[in-house]
Amino acid sequence: MPLVLVVLAISAFTVNETTDNPGYKVGDVAEDFSLKNIDGKMVSLSDYKEAKGFIVTFTCNTCPFAVAYEDRIIALDKKYASKGYPVIAIMPNNTDIKPGDNIDAMKARAKEKGFTFPYLIDSEQTVFPKYGATKTPHMFVLQKTEKGNVVKYIGAIDDNYKDADAVNTKYVEAAVDALLAGKEVEQKETKAIGCSIKV
Amino acid sequence: MKFNILFFTFLLIVGCKWHENNAETALVETWRTEFVVHEDFSKDLKVYDFKGLEPLLNKKDGKVHVVNFWATWCVPCVKELPYFEQLQKAYAHKNVEVLLVSLDFPHQYDTKLKPFINERKIQSQVVALDDADMNAWIPKVDASWSGSIPATIIYKDDERQFFEQSFTFEELEKQVKPFLN
Repeated sequence: MPLVLVVLAISAFTVNETTDNPGYKVGDVAEDFSLKNIDGKMVSLSDYKEAKGFIVTFTCNTCPFAVAYEDRIIALDKKYASKGYPVIAIMPNNTDIKPGDNIDAMKARAKEKGFTFPYLIDSEQTVFPKYGATKTPHMFVLQKTEKGNVVKYIGAIDDNYKDADAVNTKYVEAAVDALLAGKEVEQKETKAIGCSIKV
Repeated sequence: MKFNILFFTFLLIVGCKWHENNAETALVETWRTEFVVHEDFSKDLKVYDFKGLEPLLNKKDGKVHVVNFWATWCVPCVKELPYFEQLQKAYAHKNVEVLLVSLDFPHQYDTKLKPFINERKIQSQVVALDDADMNAWIPKVDASWSGSIPATIIYKDDERQFFEQSFTFEELEKQVKPFLN
């Protein structure tokens, strides 16, 4: 909604206006949260004492793009949780508008797909605006540092939503690999089509 | 439509049982022809990669082009689609052209997109964009676009506005009007 207001507020005939997304930029410190998991327990980033960082994904049951990436999100968790970068999935949609994303549907989907990571519900819709997530799926790689969890990558998982076998660049893996190697993330932001988050 | 299909099936059964009955067969043929002529709004569906689509986003023909990125699975997109159709109808004589760019999955062109276009009798031009390397083309549509749909461009020659939002008809009309001479 804030995005819509900003766009409407910009007068006609401005060319190449930059959308003022107030969410996190690469380099910002992400605030912690406390969100309910599908098992009923509250989850915060601070619960993960051993983690070196996080792969945070805003995702849902009902968006075909999010569904197309489910297996690849599971694979990310399998590959990186043990290396200190677990996946944290957050469902940001208003479930009155998208009943297919309600907590029972989330539980069913997680069970069906065998999610190995928490699947949290942003029921107050307060967390996704802080991140500046606009759609599902939308990925954020965070690195735990002394000043907090610093955003190191924002965007897509890879460069081919249609076919995991035809992917040329795995953006999230490249980012996490760089962080694990103590290097700078090369591609810090990417764009991808997704379903707008329902408010 | 359902009735038609039932009727068609009935005729087929009848036709199979009494295949000597030429009158029935002729009726089936007539109905089929009519279906093709009057119902297939999607027969000209063109599929582009971004390189192929790009010229359609940059015409210099003095017309006002309203380009909407949508998909059949995108609920807010489907909700606002009638307003784009309404705009096309109301402003066609004022040199306004609507282009609906579908981001449906290629494997659903025949099962979802084409039936949708037919059922809704979509009059605006519909094309499909099939280009998996989204990070390469999204910023070329607009630097500010995060990639969520619906999204809309309104342009005339070098004047251009981009909207990552849903529209009502009134809002859409309000944004188009400044482009009209």
